[in-house]
Amino acid sequence: MDDTSAPQTDDTAGADASAARLFDIRRIIGGLFVLYGVAVTAAGLFDGDAARKQAAGIDINLWTGLGMLALGVVFLVWMRLNPLTPPPPPEQADGTHDRPGGPEQH
Amino acid sequence: MDGLRLNMDWLDYSILGVYFLVVLGIGFAARRSIRTSLDFFLSGRSLPAWVTGLAFVAANLGAIEILGMAANGAQYGVATVHFYWIGAVPAMVFLGIVMMPFYYGSKVRSVPEYLRLRFDNRAHVFNAITFAVASVLIAGVNLYALAIVIEALLGWPIWLAIIVAATFVLAYITLGGLSSAIYNEVLQFFLILAGLVPLVIVGLASNGGWGGLVDKVTANKKGGEGFLSAWGGTGIGDVSSPMGANWIAIVLGLGFVLSFGYWTTNFAEVQRALSAKDMSAARRTPIIAAYPKILIPAVTVIPGLIALVEFPKLGAKSGDFQYNNAIPLLIDKYLPNGVLGIAVTGLLAAFMAGMAANVSSFNTVFTYDLWQDYVKKDRPDEYYLRVGRIVTVAGVVIGVGTAFIAAGYSNIMNYIQALFSIFNAPLFATFIIAMFWRRMTAAAGIAGLVSGTLAAAFVFVTSESGVDAFGLDKPLLFTFGSALTASFWGAVIAFAVDALVSVVVSLMTAPKPASELEGLVYGTKVDHGVVTREDKAWWRSPVTLGLGALALSLALYIPFA
Repeated sequence: MDDTSAPQTDDTAGADASAARLFDIRRIIGGLFVLYGVAVTAAGLFDGDAARKQAAGIDINLWTGLGMLALGVVFLVWMRLNPLTPPPPPEQADGTHDRPGGPEQH
Repeated sequence: MDGLRLNMDWLDYSILGVYFLVVLGIGFAARRSIRTSLDFFLSGRSLPAWVTGLAFVAANLGAIEILGMAANGAQYGVATVHFYWIGAVPAMVFLGIVMMPFYYGSKVRSVPEYLRLRFDNRAHVFNAITFAVASVLIAGVNLYALAIVIEALLGWPIWLAIIVAATFVLAYITLGGLSSAIYNEVLQFFLILAGLVPLVIVGLASNGGWGGLVDKVTANKKGGEGFLSAWGGTGIGDVSSPMGANWIAIVLGLGFVLSFGYWTTNFAEVQRALSAKDMSAARRTPIIAAYPKILIPAVTVIPGLIALVEFPKLGAKSGDFQYNNAIPLLIDKYLPNGVLGIAVTGLLAAFMAGMAANVSSFNTVFTYDLWQDYVKKDRPDEYYLRVGRIVTVAGVVIGVGTAFIAAGYSNIMNYIQALFSIFNAPLFATFIIAMFWRRMTAAAGIAGLVSGTLAAAFVFVTSESGVDAFGLDKPLLFTFGSALTASFWGAVIAFAVDALVSVVVSLMTAPKPASELEGLVYGTKVDHGVVTREDKAWWRSPVTLGLGALALSLALYIPFA
């Protein structure tokens, strides 16, 4: 019932191989929030009275932009300090590609 | 009709456009990591707990959830927090601490697959088919909900909005599978907060802070003191709370059956935990999700209350001032260009993520549980990977079809939501007995599920829910107080019938041999895999984290009792 026909050679590390191939989502979140943060902060700097009046007197673009910028930087710094490394190979031999084996099937 | 039409400028549209590009980029980047069907359907079981945890909460933070809970906030007030603090957190903690070892340890690839191992093919097929049908229907409703919001806010025709959103979801899931769906969910989680937090800040500032808002809600004609108390007016036989439910209905119906049914057996949620890299991460997934879940009412219920005091016309049966438009109305009123683009992007991201969660769980159940087990067995893995991609396309196309069906009804969303939350209730009875009672037999598995589901459907049709759904004058049989309490009690009845039938049938039929229940039932040896030293730290203990979440929920009730 196992995937006997699939090549087992290069994929025995299973989860680790997938983890290593998969990119780091922190880069995307960090990058996008820095970009949005800069754009919205800039909008906040050029906002006129109308925008402030609409938002109950708060420079909401400015503060939101700075907040997003800060969050983006946090993600990028976190990624730098604690980069993605594949975990050590598991000791178990059964791998992760098996179908769960009930003794009787079908 | 353009009361809700937002004043989007080039900056807002640029923010939205960049987001769509990033969504596709994630799809293409995730595609490179996919070699096997397990990579496609379960991210190769490789993700860290914080990613799966945020995806777990974001998969639930879809369209209906955000707009619906703000609507509830405006309609029922502070009592809406029940949907979070008692209606979600305990179940999430229970899933992580108690149930996840059986799911993850038995290496099942889906929730229905657990039923195949624990019982037999009958319960498996029944559950796989109900789940697959429910998933595409709900995906369609999500899609339709998104389209009406886009139409109201941006002025796009409904059909265009449906096609555009469906195309993007289709593209990123077909390319990158579950990894792509999960990464987009994590991104969406932060984006929706970036849109809603400024809304709450401005809304509170413009109403004199929390104290000012409390005064205005108390004085409001449609509000009143009851709107500021979670448990006030929920006494038995003396229900005066806006929600119309007594405390037993809240605790048993919402807090126990409905909530546990949804959070612990719904594969769209459990799948996120199954994609975690090890047992410890899988168990922490729903518990890490519980912490943001506890705080989300701040950005849904509070906007609901703000909308209540800001828009005297709110609560109309149709048009711009329906309760469901509470958040869009506030966005229109308060947010200037810039933050406006962020908020709209966050909302659309939430809609797409909600739909993507349905599609990515549907393709897994269809491919593994129906196609591989019963139609084409023993093909090479690449075959099932290809089937998964084709099924994703089919699922989205059917979703688009059901979205157009949904468009034919005025307010079908609530009913489908209620209908399927009731469908989950009997499932929870079956799972909880299956996991804790070795004696439960395969015959009891299928008998319990079928009878529980029929009971749920019966109560639905003959109570207030049926009145709303079919346009009747009065309930055919049961009167519970409101459609909402009807769904609470319907869940309790479905649970009870399923449990009773399961026990009775078990006692009359022969149990499975103990050797076949290894790792599936409480008291047998569960495969915990490798436990790293880091995972032994107290702050990574699922029990410690889980109890912390429960304590926080309880503590937050105190000021709103």
